[in-house]
Amino acid sequence: MKSKLIAISVGCALTVSSLFSGQAMAEETIKVGVLHSLSGTMAISETTLKDTMLMLIDEQNKKGGLLGKQLEAVVVDPASDWPLFAEKARELIEKEKVASVFGCWTSVSRKSVLPVFEELNSLLFYPVQYEGEESSRNVFYTGAAPNQQAIPAVDYLMNDMGVKRWVLAGTDYVYPRTTNKILEAYLKAKGVADEDIMINYTPFGHSDWQSIVADIKKFGSLGKKTAVVSTINGDANVPFYKELGNQGITADNIPVVAFSVGEEELSGIDTTPLVGHLAAWNYFMSVDGEINDAFIESWQKFIKSEKRVTNDPMEAHYIGFNMWVKAVEKAGTTDPTAVQEAIIGVTVPNLSGGYSAMMPNHHITKPVLIGEIQDNGQFEIVWQTSGMVVGDAWSDFLEGSKDLISDWRSPLSCGNYNVKTGVCSGQK
Amino acid sequence: MYPAETCPCTFKTLLPLLLSALILLLAAPCHGKDPEAQFREGTTLLVQGDFEEKHTGIQKIAASGDQRAETLFLALLDGKLFHLKKDKTLVYATLDNSQAEIKSVLSGETLGTVSHRKIKKITINNSLRSQLKDLLAKIDLKSADARIRTDAVNKLMLSLSPASSSLLTELLETESNSDVREALTTAMAIVDLRSLDSDKKLLALGQLQGNLKPAVRNELQRLLSEEKDINIRSKAESVLSTIETKTTLYGLVETLFFGLSLGSVLVLAAIGLAITFGVIGVINMAHGELIMLGAYTTYVIQQLLPGSIGIALFLSIPAAFLVSGLTGIAIERLVIRFLYGRPLETLLATFGVSLILQQAVRSIFSPLNRSVASPAWMSGSWQLNPILSLTTNRITILVFSLLVFTGLYLLLKKSSIGLQVRAVAQNRNMARAMGIRAAKVDALTFGLGSGIAGIAGVALSQLTNVGPNLGQAYIIDSFMVVVFGGVGNLWGTLIGGLSLGVANKFLEPWAGAVLAKILILVFIILFIQKRPQGLFPQKGRAAG
Repeated sequence: MKSKLIAISVGCALTVSSLFSGQAMAEETIKVGVLHSLSGTMAISETTLKDTMLMLIDEQNKKGGLLGKQLEAVVVDPASDWPLFAEKARELIEKEKVASVFGCWTSVSRKSVLPVFEELNSLLFYPVQYEGEESSRNVFYTGAAPNQQAIPAVDYLMNDMGVKRWVLAGTDYVYPRTTNKILEAYLKAKGVADEDIMINYTPFGHSDWQSIVADIKKFGSLGKKTAVVSTINGDANVPFYKELGNQGITADNIPVVAFSVGEEELSGIDTTPLVGHLAAWNYFMSVDGEINDAFIESWQKFIKSEKRVTNDPMEAHYIGFNMWVKAVEKAGTTDPTAVQEAIIGVTVPNLSGGYSAMMPNHHITKPVLIGEIQDNGQFEIVWQTSGMVVGDAWSDFLEGSKDLISDWRSPLSCGNYNVKTGVCSGQK
Repeated sequence: MYPAETCPCTFKTLLPLLLSALILLLAAPCHGKDPEAQFREGTTLLVQGDFEEKHTGIQKIAASGDQRAETLFLALLDGKLFHLKKDKTLVYATLDNSQAEIKSVLSGETLGTVSHRKIKKITINNSLRSQLKDLLAKIDLKSADARIRTDAVNKLMLSLSPASSSLLTELLETESNSDVREALTTAMAIVDLRSLDSDKKLLALGQLQGNLKPAVRNELQRLLSEEKDINIRSKAESVLSTIETKTTLYGLVETLFFGLSLGSVLVLAAIGLAITFGVIGVINMAHGELIMLGAYTTYVIQQLLPGSIGIALFLSIPAAFLVSGLTGIAIERLVIRFLYGRPLETLLATFGVSLILQQAVRSIFSPLNRSVASPAWMSGSWQLNPILSLTTNRITILVFSLLVFTGLYLLLKKSSIGLQVRAVAQNRNMARAMGIRAAKVDALTFGLGSGIAGIAGVALSQLTNVGPNLGQAYIIDSFMVVVFGGVGNLWGTLIGGLSLGVANKFLEPWAGAVLAKILILVFIILFIQKRPQGLFPQKGRAAG
C-alpha cells in the first residue's frame, strides 16, 4: 500500500516536473533571498543592506551569473518584527526555494530565524557585529565577533591612550549585555579594579541622558583617565552625544568608543559634538585603496546619489556574497550541504586591502580598525591591527564558554565542542 | 633634513685648542639647535610622519619657541592645516566648496586658490589633540580673555608639580580678574599641600575650605591616604566633609533640574493629548506621529533657510502648529468623526493612521534620521559653580513648555472658543441646545491638540532624533501623564508630567534607567487602581 502511494506520487512529480522543465530550462535562475526589514524601527539600518545585496547580485549577473545561470534576488520585508523574520525565512526557503539567504540585523532576529535554517538546512549569511556565543552549521557570521571589535578597541584605549577607568554603557538587550560581560571579565583579567568599572544599561531609544552623562562626568573627574565603551544602539546615540557635548565632555577628556556608530548613523546627525570620539569596526569608508574606491563608486552609481555612504555591514555582505559565489563555483552546485563544506577555507579580498578567509567555525578573518569621527561624518583611521584577526565564536573570557570550540569540518563537525570534557553539546 | 653634521659644533675638534673657548660660546645656542631649523624640521615631520612622528614634530615646533607656533597649533587643532600634494608644502587652507584659499605656513604669504583635491589635510588623533591643548594652555595662560585664562589654569591644575609654584606666583602678581585669581590661589594651595612643610599645608587647607573644584577633592583624598600628621589629617577630613556635603546638596539640585526638564518634555508631549483625549474623549494613537510631523517641519524649514538656524527654529513653531493642526483636523474630519462613541474602533483606526503617517514619512524623507541643527545659544551649559552646570537647551525647553502651558491655559479659560470647548466637554447635549456647533468645536479642538503636538515636535527636534519612529517613543509616556494627571485637566497634566519626571530622575541613579521606568509604570497602575480619576478628577456632573 505504502509503496504504491510512493510510486504514484513519484509518477505525479515526474509528470509535473517534465511538464514544467521546458519552461524552466529557458529561464532558470538561482534565487538568492534577502531578508532585511524595509519598514519599522530597523528599516533605518537594514534598507541599505537590501540595496547592497541588489547591487552585488546585479554585478555578478553582469559578469555572467553563477554556474552559467543568472541570479535572482528575492526580497521580503520582515518589518522589524522578530517572529515575522522566522515566517519570512520559511517562505524564502520553502516557497521560493532560494539557494541561500543574506539577512538579519539584530541578534534577536537572528535567534528567531536560526531554528528555521537548521530545520530546513539552508544557509544564512549574517553581516552585523554580534555578541558571539553561537555557532550554527547553517549560519555564516561575516560581521565581527567580540574579539574582532570590542577587545581590540579596549586594548587600544588601555595601551595607547592610558585609560584607567571604564564606563561600559549599553542599550538593554542581548548584544550589549553579553559584550559587556566579556569586557568586564577581560578588564578584570587585566587588573582593573571593581570600582574603576561602571556599567550602565538604558532602554531602547532612550532620549533623556542628563543624569547618566552627569554620572559619567563625576566618574571621570577623579583624576584617572576615563573612557566610555558604548554599545548604545541606533537611535539613542544622537541624544547621548548631544548631551555629552552640552555638558562639556569632549573627546580629549573622556573619549567614547562606540561599536554601533558607523558612517550611516553619522549621516543623519550634526557631527560637531562628536568630533574625536572613536568607533571600532572592520571597515571604514575612508580606507585608502583602489578596491574600496571602486566599491564606493559602484555603490553611489547604483543608488544614484553621491551623498550615500558605505559602512561596515555592507562590507560584510560584500565579503559574504563573494565567498558564497566562490564556494558555489568550487562545489559546482548550490546544494546547501555541499556549499557548507566548500566554503570553509575560501578566501576573498575585503575592502580594506587584505584578504578574508572563512574559518571552520563559520566566522571570518578581518582586520580591526579604530577611527576617530571627523566633522564631515567620516572616520580618520588612527589605529589598526597588524594582521587579520580570526573571529572567535566562543569567548575566552567567559566561564562556561572558554573551553568551547567550534569546528564544522568532519570528523569533529560540531558547533560547541568542549575541549575539556570532549563532549559536543547541541547541534552537530 | 637638518642633520647634526651641518651644526658648527663639529668643527670644534678641527680647530686649535686656543679657539675652543670661543667656539664653546657659539655652541651654546647650537646645543638647542637653530630655532628656524627646528621649526622647519617639525613641520616636515607633520607632513610626512605617522602619528608618533607628528608628536615629535609638534614637540620640536613648541621647543623652537617660534612666533608662528601658536597659529600653527590652532590651525592644526581646527583642521585647517593642509599640505600640497605635489610638493608637500605646508599650508593653511580655508575651504569654500571645492576651492581652497591657501597660505604658506613658513613664509605667511598667500598662495592663491587651488582645487580641494590638490591638498590633503594634516590629520590628528586624540593624543595629539590633548598634546596641542596642553601646549596651547601655556599660551592661553597669557590670553586676553579671562575665561580662556581660567580654563587654562583649571587645566594646569591636573598636572601640577612643585615647579609650577613659581609660574603661579608670577601669574598671580599680574592677574586682576577675580575668577582667574581664585583659580590660581586654588592651584597654589594644591601645590602647597604637596610640600613637606606642615604649617604650609594647614594654611593651604584653610584656603581650600568649601572649594568645589574636582581637583581639590581628589587632592584631599590623596592627602588623606598618605598623610600621617594627626592635625593635618583632622583638618583635611573636616574640609573634605564640608565639600562632600555641598556636593551632595548640589547633586540633589542637579537631579531636581533633570527631573523638571524630563517632566517638561513629558508635559509638552502630553498636553496636546490632554485636550484631544481629555476634552473630546478620543484615544488618538496617532498623537505621536503628529509630534513627529512637527519635528519634520522644523527640518524642512531649516533646509529652506540654511545658515540661519535660530530664525528657522522660531519660524518652525507656527509652521509646525499649522502642519500638525491641519493634519489633525483632516484626521478628525475623515476618520474620527464617524467613530464618536466607539472608543475601541477609534483606537484601532488612529493606530492605523499612525502607521500610514510613519510610512509616508519613510517614503518621502527616507527611513534615515534627519539632522536638525541646534542654534549656538542652545548648546553648552550654564556653569553655576564647578560641580553644578545646567544645560541651556534643557533650560530653554523647560521655559518653552511653561509658556505653551500658560498660553493654552489662557486660551481655554479666557477666549470664547475656549468657553465653547469647555462647554462641549462638560455636557455635549446641553452645549448644543445652547447653540454651539458641537461638530465644529470638535474639529477645532482636535486641530488645537494636534497643533500643540506639532509644537512639541519642534522642541523634541532639539533633543532627540528626527526620524519616523520619533512619535512612538512618546505616545506611551503621553498617555501615562494624561491618565495620571486626571483626564481633561490641564493642571493635572502639568503637575502629573513634572512629578513623573522628577520621580523618574530620583529613581534612576538608584535603580538604573530601565528599572526606574518599570517602577514608575507599576506606581501608576497602583495609583489608578486607588484613584481611577487621576490626580485632579473632574468634579460635578461632568465627571460622569
